[in-house]
Amino acid sequence: MSEALLNQIAADVIGMARSKGASGAECTVSEGAEFTVLVRQNEVDNLKEAGSRGAGLRVMAGRRTGSAYTSDLSPEGLAKMVDSAMELAKITSEDPHAGLPDASELGKFEGDLKLFYEEPAGLDTLTKIETARKAEAAAMAVDPRIFTTEGASVDSYHGARAFANSDGFAGSYRSSSCSLSCVPVAKQDEAMERDYWYSMARAWNMLEDPIELGQKAAARALRRLGARKVSTQKAAIVFEPRAARTLLGHIFEAVSGDSIYRDSSFLAGKLGQKIAHENLTVIDDGTIPGLFGSSPFDDEGVPSRRTVVIENGVLKNYLLNSYTARKLGMKTTGNASRGITGNASVGHGNFYIPAGALPPDEIIKQIKTGLYVTELIGFGVNIVTGDYSRGAAGVWIENGELAYPVSEVTIASTLMRMLEEMAAIGSDLEFRGSMASPTLMIPEMTISGQ
Amino acid sequence: MSDSFFGQKFGITGHDLQGYLNEALSRGGDYADLYFEYVSTCSLGIDESIVKSATEGVSLGVGVRVISGERSGYAYSDDLSPERIRNAAATAACIANGPAKTSIADLKNAVKRDLYPVLKAPTEAGLDERVALIKRADAAARAYDPRVFQVMASYADQLRYVMVANSDGVISHDRQPLARMSVSALAREGNGVPQRGVSGGGGRVSLDFFLNEKTPEHFAKEAARQAIVQLDAVDAPAGESTVVLGPGWPGILLHEAVGHGLEADFNRKGVSAFSGRIGQKVASELCTIVDDGTIAGRRGSLNVDDEGETTQHNVLIENGVLKGYLQDKLSSRILGTPSTGSGRRESYQHVPMPRMTNTYMLAGESDPQDILRSVDKGIYCVSFGGGQVDITSGNFVFSATEAYLIEGGKLTRPLRGATLIGNGPEAMKHVSMVGHDLQLDEGVGVCGKEGQSVPVGVGIPTIKIDKMTVGGTA
Repeated sequence: MSEALLNQIAADVIGMARSKGASGAECTVSEGAEFTVLVRQNEVDNLKEAGSRGAGLRVMAGRRTGSAYTSDLSPEGLAKMVDSAMELAKITSEDPHAGLPDASELGKFEGDLKLFYEEPAGLDTLTKIETARKAEAAAMAVDPRIFTTEGASVDSYHGARAFANSDGFAGSYRSSSCSLSCVPVAKQDEAMERDYWYSMARAWNMLEDPIELGQKAAARALRRLGARKVSTQKAAIVFEPRAARTLLGHIFEAVSGDSIYRDSSFLAGKLGQKIAHENLTVIDDGTIPGLFGSSPFDDEGVPSRRTVVIENGVLKNYLLNSYTARKLGMKTTGNASRGITGNASVGHGNFYIPAGALPPDEIIKQIKTGLYVTELIGFGVNIVTGDYSRGAAGVWIENGELAYPVSEVTIASTLMRMLEEMAAIGSDLEFRGSMASPTLMIPEMTISGQ
Repeated sequence: MSDSFFGQKFGITGHDLQGYLNEALSRGGDYADLYFEYVSTCSLGIDESIVKSATEGVSLGVGVRVISGERSGYAYSDDLSPERIRNAAATAACIANGPAKTSIADLKNAVKRDLYPVLKAPTEAGLDERVALIKRADAAARAYDPRVFQVMASYADQLRYVMVANSDGVISHDRQPLARMSVSALAREGNGVPQRGVSGGGGRVSLDFFLNEKTPEHFAKEAARQAIVQLDAVDAPAGESTVVLGPGWPGILLHEAVGHGLEADFNRKGVSAFSGRIGQKVASELCTIVDDGTIAGRRGSLNVDDEGETTQHNVLIENGVLKGYLQDKLSSRILGTPSTGSGRRESYQHVPMPRMTNTYMLAGESDPQDILRSVDKGIYCVSFGGGQVDITSGNFVFSATEAYLIEGGKLTRPLRGATLIGNGPEAMKHVSMVGHDLQLDEGVGVCGKEGQSVPVGVGIPTIKIDKMTVGGTA
């Protein structure tokens, strides 16, 4: 479908909703095509190629809301969706804060965000298969202890999204992405360890070199072999960027307007207060060209922008959509997010910690004993209370040097303490998706082991 | 065929299916299947005593898979027109490279059974009846204790029609209702730190389940009770400890520690910590663990799996000895063993893979009270958030959301949330007592694997694990 056709469908749906009596309406129409190939032991293991479409609608009947979606974009399918949404608006409650964004807030970021490139989708299948093969072969060649892989894969996606509302907003954009990943498995004695590395970009030529990527993945798996469980103790924790990024996920949840107005965040009511170490700054920016968190407008038709969330340790802004902004008596920050339908929740653009001054090896050098965390698993994080307890694996640090691999331990503290004590911020910021953090160091957490 | 859902609604005939399967095998694939899916959904949410959200939707499509040796090709279409289905079949066919084969000419219906004889699915019930459920939950959670200050409740249901036709000449149909309620409550003492409690449940049931068996009040009180209990919680201990798991939802231990590692895809690739260990002792002899997709009305149950195979009662571990893996068609073809009816997928857009259904441990002989009394110092966990496992090393975690300190055989203080960590093939060897009180969970589980979510169930009696690492701070 052309972008114009998606826009036309969105406009038609808004018209239908108005004619059926909706006082306000928002419609998203999207289409996408995906390709994925997994190569394992040099053979194609799995290849998938397909496209899909969908439309979603949210209607207002005064201060009541109803929503519906469909994958059937025929006139009958769309009419049924409109009827459904109108019907549902009869059973919801009056909500004084519900509604579309204020018309003065609507608009688009005007610069070129470089979200779409033709080639990831247009590239021939053989090139994609060969690229995955190269990455896997490079991983296997690193060391005989890499005894197999769970495969190397290439994925690509291209799609378009149109959005319109009954206050006159209409907009659409295309986007593309591709990724390469490799998952080697290493074995020593009878113990096995896996790890992975990946690269993601809007354009094919921006992906990491497959050979380097495969080698990096293999080195990560090998580094985990012979892991020990350390004794239970308090020690410093250094999060490598891939692990540090998960902390940003918790910060995002804690500053999201939904958690704030419900008082279900440890950061609720802390605006303007010092909540983190003065070295810590956190930014949300939906307008950085080429990155995965960028878009010209949010999922309510409000322009994307740059918002400083934490500045030198002080909580400066929450991230809000129009609903949470009204609840809090503030203004939307252009952070509305939704799939294809329903009420918008709060999402993020490119959410990141700017690079600090210290190279990561300098941070490690300062640690007498501690754990360099390369992987975190589990869900033991409570945003309401800030309690933090997760499974961890990594490398033990002794006298400033990486000594031996560690696994089957947990690290625990509270997010409040972790933010306050986050003294060292690495210089190694790199975007690999829409959240990014450099290496981070926290002087003391509880490690549970033997 | 003509009386089936897809026959009636979309005019798809046995002859059509035959043609699509032949197209799928036109490049010489060994096996092909078609997965037709039509899902209608409804979800309702209440927050601050305001019904803020109500959504309905329909999604439909067909997925075509072709297997050639160990290779799979997959394509799907969200349009059920013959031209689009044939295109998808031709795309999937390209995984093979040889002379065309033909599908078995006569499609035969698979044996039928009905584990969820729900005449009127919740999705077909009146909207008012369903909205009443969340309003009741909201009121009951607030009425439980004045310290409860925030309540969110949601109700979601779906009705899924599936049809699977394969080149072995078998066609299966199923109608799969599913409904779930969830309640989350926040409580606070004065100006203190808020605490959250969550509860929920459901299954492949009619709306009567929420009116007669597990009512909105039941879930609401449970969520509110947990939040209130947490108000007095102290820091959990750090380090190795004796752990007693309560019955029901703590069965998530089995799902993480054992279940995923026994899915055949990891084992045919040799990358699971359980690979090559069939016949070996991997748990204490008190442990017999099964995965059973045939329990009537349960969230993880299915008449047929998403490859059209009849689901089964599969013994994974018997008296501590590893018995078998969970197989889908691809793994069973490669390993030369029968499918265990474990092939599942999130939707027509997804390739099936071996997955769990309802995973539980059989009851033992101990009195649950005796189990607690036998512990001088340890922790007792009754509710969990989520869990995760690294299949290859076998390390798994699961996070307690309601736990108590055991001192001198008695429960003393509630503990703040903490993650428990262990190693799959090792942890289960430390199970030293198994209660006679097997319970299945209330029906909230969602299992994620390689980006695909499917509903599952778990269950466990009270058990004692002599040694496990508890990730607290005290």
